[in-house]
Amino acid sequence: MDSLVTHSSILAIAIPLLAAFLTPLASKVGDRARNTVVIGALALAEFLVIILARDIYLNGLHVYTLGAAATDLTIPEHYMVPVRIILEVDAMSVFMGLITTTISLAGAIYSISFLKQETGGDRFYTLLLLLAVGMLGLEFTGDMFNFFVFLEILSISGAALAAFRTRFGDATEGGFKYIVISAVGALVVLFAVGILYAQYNVLSMAALAQAIQYTALDKIALALLVVALAMKLASVPLHMWAPDTYSVAPAGTTPMIYVASQACLYGMFRVLFSLYGVSLDTLAIGWIVIVLGVLSMFVGVTMAVHQSDIKRLMAYHAISQSGYMLLGIGVGLAVLADPQALASYGREAISGGIFHIINNALYKGLLFLTAEALFFSLGTRDLNKMGGMFRNMRYTAIFFIVGALAISGVPPFNGFTSKLMIYESVYNFSPVLAVIAMLVSIVTLASFTKAFQSAFTGPALPQHDNIREVPKPMLIGMGILAIAIVFFSLFPSLVVNTIVTPATDALIDQAGYIGAVMGGA
Amino acid sequence: MTVGLPFNIPFLAVAALISISFIIILTQRNLIKLVMGIVIMQAGVNLFLVSLGYRTGGIVPIFTHAPEGAMVLPVPQALTLTSIVIGVACTALMLSLIVLTYRHTGDTDAEKSRILKG
Repeated sequence: MDSLVTHSSILAIAIPLLAAFLTPLASKVGDRARNTVVIGALALAEFLVIILARDIYLNGLHVYTLGAAATDLTIPEHYMVPVRIILEVDAMSVFMGLITTTISLAGAIYSISFLKQETGGDRFYTLLLLLAVGMLGLEFTGDMFNFFVFLEILSISGAALAAFRTRFGDATEGGFKYIVISAVGALVVLFAVGILYAQYNVLSMAALAQAIQYTALDKIALALLVVALAMKLASVPLHMWAPDTYSVAPAGTTPMIYVASQACLYGMFRVLFSLYGVSLDTLAIGWIVIVLGVLSMFVGVTMAVHQSDIKRLMAYHAISQSGYMLLGIGVGLAVLADPQALASYGREAISGGIFHIINNALYKGLLFLTAEALFFSLGTRDLNKMGGMFRNMRYTAIFFIVGALAISGVPPFNGFTSKLMIYESVYNFSPVLAVIAMLVSIVTLASFTKAFQSAFTGPALPQHDNIREVPKPMLIGMGILAIAIVFFSLFPSLVVNTIVTPATDALIDQAGYIGAVMGGA
Repeated sequence: MTVGLPFNIPFLAVAALISISFIIILTQRNLIKLVMGIVIMQAGVNLFLVSLGYRTGGIVPIFTHAPEGAMVLPVPQALTLTSIVIGVACTALMLSLIVLTYRHTGDTDAEKSRILKG
């Protein structure tokens, strides 16, 4: 058991990677064997991440050095700096890992019935597993170059998945936009990594963080990293690709591509907090993040209101919700250098932002799945062509209500808890920002009321008489997320204390992040 | 024996390649040209990485029977190799998506082949 815990971080990446290339072989045996391999690999990865998380909460940060005599031997003998590939998993990384594996598992189960009406299922699952690998690697890696590599794995598999239904012209277009944005973004990241390497001759994030001087070149590298990752997480004004890509991505993978953008959000926070940390001009950079957040919240929701394509509507809401996280964590970053303000409301703001990441992954994932269930049954995403679906698709309707109430921040749902944390703490920082955040929440509720009404209530349309509920695997996929939402709504303080607060502390504790690799720094 | 290159020519070339690629990406509407821009950008970034590790008069970084003298840094070369491989995968995917877009819309112009709006 001990050795399983020690190796769990690399196994959580390696097992889905291996399974990704086993999938085409298993498909030769049959669809059932293939599904077993895929679901089994993801369930195993989820299990490994859970035991890793438990170990991290008990014993602190987890470091894994690949190819070393002992896994915690980060700096080889006679060397001054780490030269091997290091995985560095702290409470924040493993928090993202939990989200990733849960959403991937739900997405994979949901996709089983979706694939019955498509061809090329083996390749679909290979890509799906690679996307999960890319996200987990991005979250667990401790060096900047692998950060780039996993970013590319995530981008290429995500784009191929978005364009999977190549028989639709819009799918190839959405996939193409995603890959172009990702390719440019990843190259910009690589360029920034090159700038950092040129100055400090190391790639490990911890070693870089220790050495970083915040010179003019470092500022350029920071600007490049923030812009590239903001582009990948679809923050306004770099959000243009997101509605197109999210609206065409096939069932089950839309939440995953969305979580992939959240993984890039995590990457941005890792760069800001752990790599640059207090050496930054935190107030100025914090305000930049806050402005990105407010713009995303406001523009996202205003664009969402008038959409008639249900997945496009949800994609704009996804952009808007990312704004809350940027707002919460931006406020925390702005007061990072001021211990008093950090203690009184800064930590609360960061916790709110982090808690919102997991809440949002759950309810946004659920909403994307319900939208895809409607598309699966009706063959259209146009809200004007739907109506009265409550009679035909009762469970989907209930799941939709759960997700819609949670995203709008209606008490007692989980969206309310994290939004309340953000409102309270942001109010101390700047009341105007809190008012904007509440306004956005009200507009979100209005928009989802409209969407629910057009899709599920009203008179039944005659052409929909034969529509029935979606198959069981789809309901199970949605059910996993709905149960998680209910659990998070019933026990918010348990969740905050167990997984959110350690993540906040890990993000703030730059010295701990450096010390784990560099030793006694 | 070897003469250092004047004016940091490799880095000037990097700056030129990346500027050209940005201009192409921002101004060209033809999707194939857009991909060409991205490939030029890949070349620029790869050249940047390799130039970082270059030492004037350096020798190949193989320790067995190595002659005296400075070695070229091996790490950036490993990075560049990885980056080239990833770049090929990316380019292949982009081009195949353009082929599919062309089949659906009969055009590779970014505005004319557009379906998604709003």
